[in-house]
Amino acid sequence: MKYNSVFDIIGPVMIGPSSSHTAGAARIGKAARNLLGKQPSWAKIYLYESFAKTYKGHGTDFALAGGLLGFETDDPRMSKALDIAKENQLEIEFIEDSSAVDHPNTARLIIGDKEESIELIGISIGGGKVEITELNGFELRLSGNHPAILIMHNDRFGAIASVTKILAKHEINIGHMEVNRKDVGKEALMVIEVDQNVEDGVLEELQSADHIIQISKLVS
Amino acid sequence: MFRTVKELVEMAEKENIQISEVMIRQEMDVKEKTRSEVFSEMERNLEVMEKAIEDALQGVQSVTGLTGGDAVLIQKYMQEKTPLSGNLLLDAVSKAMGTNEVNAAMGTICATPTAGSAGCVPGTLFAVKNQLNPTREQMIRYLFTSGAFGFVVANNAFISGAAGGCQAEVGSAGAMASAAIVEMAGGTPQQSAEAFAMTLKNMLGLVCDPVAGLVEVPCVKRNAAGSSLAIVSADMALAGVTSRIPCDEVIGAMYRIGKQMPSSLRETGEGGLADTPTGRLLKEKIFGMSM
Repeated sequence: MKYNSVFDIIGPVMIGPSSSHTAGAARIGKAARNLLGKQPSWAKIYLYESFAKTYKGHGTDFALAGGLLGFETDDPRMSKALDIAKENQLEIEFIEDSSAVDHPNTARLIIGDKEESIELIGISIGGGKVEITELNGFELRLSGNHPAILIMHNDRFGAIASVTKILAKHEINIGHMEVNRKDVGKEALMVIEVDQNVEDGVLEELQSADHIIQISKLVS
Repeated sequence: MFRTVKELVEMAEKENIQISEVMIRQEMDVKEKTRSEVFSEMERNLEVMEKAIEDALQGVQSVTGLTGGDAVLIQKYMQEKTPLSGNLLLDAVSKAMGTNEVNAAMGTICATPTAGSAGCVPGTLFAVKNQLNPTREQMIRYLFTSGAFGFVVANNAFISGAAGGCQAEVGSAGAMASAAIVEMAGGTPQQSAEAFAMTLKNMLGLVCDPVAGLVEVPCVKRNAAGSSLAIVSADMALAGVTSRIPCDEVIGAMYRIGKQMPSSLRETGEGGLADTPTGRLLKEKIFGMSM
């Protein structure tokens, strides 16, 4: 089921004017920031369909900026987020894209700093709820209902086992897991939804496991 | 977990509990939380709704100047004249519009189920309250009952204008409110379902056509329509009127209609009222560009 909590329906508490175009956009921005693991210094944001047509009126632009700055949906600074981003040396470019997409409220974000960048696609499915459907070219379905660990790794035997072994050692239960690769032997992505938040120490241990390239964490 | 209104009503009837109680128990189960945790989380939402209405009745104005002040006008009219539609109904209308005026002014609101439709549930609650004199707990339960019905719609159809038109937003919100009114007024779970069905039926086909793409025109006044219809349907259900088409089938119809709606009528600001001479002129004035 897409929605599993009454607070997806009655909530979130948010700064107006639109749950999908403002609150949802802020959550997509925040997810991108979390996946990068730090505040980006630049962002290129592509907007599609309803997002592209109405983003100025709905404040989708400042909400995405607010999310990238780490704001919650009810942060009173939300409507000033574009100015605050500038003050914090975060440069954001918005591009209206007319390509066809599956969902009317779709945004593609490429964000990064001097060292690294990530690319993701987020959709705002209504009432402030969002899904991340693509990360660095890998398809995924991340609801954000649970904390998740995303692990970029080399497609080699034993890579998955080394990760699950570490999680088992720390008594972390896996709720949902997806493995996706671009081609045999190339880069792959593991998405692991867990029941509780994962400590940074565990992430460091995972980072040093065999065949692991990059790790990011998403807090629900 | 319930997936349909039929299952929701059956669960309530089987255990002889209210719809709100089914929702509370499911939430505790899914999120592994205590009753008091779930209650206090909902109470915070109630407080936000109450505050938004208070602000609205002081008078608010959006940045564009398109909306604001109507909630105050209606309250004034109620004090000075005898409203034809009755004080309770008009009070709900004023508070529903007011909540959306606060939303349009980028104030803090609670999405129910969305921001554009955030007026129906609190607007009716804080109007009906004056006649039914509920306890604080009953007011919180009102939100759980609304949420239970919204939960079914969100999982089986949609709740956003971009996905299914305004019928999915204000249609769902008004229907959720009517189900909650019935429970607060002492009706049965089945009567809540009947009220929900009757409100949503009368919202079918409603398009999402915001002028200049802003959640202002016609959103604020659509919340007036959703909240008044919610009260009328609740009264009809409490009187024993039933919907000939079962609730879940009405939700299914809403879903199929939304699927058939062109994107120009789903929150792109390209069709309907947005595409009238005045709608286009307003957009040009606000953004300095033509459509």
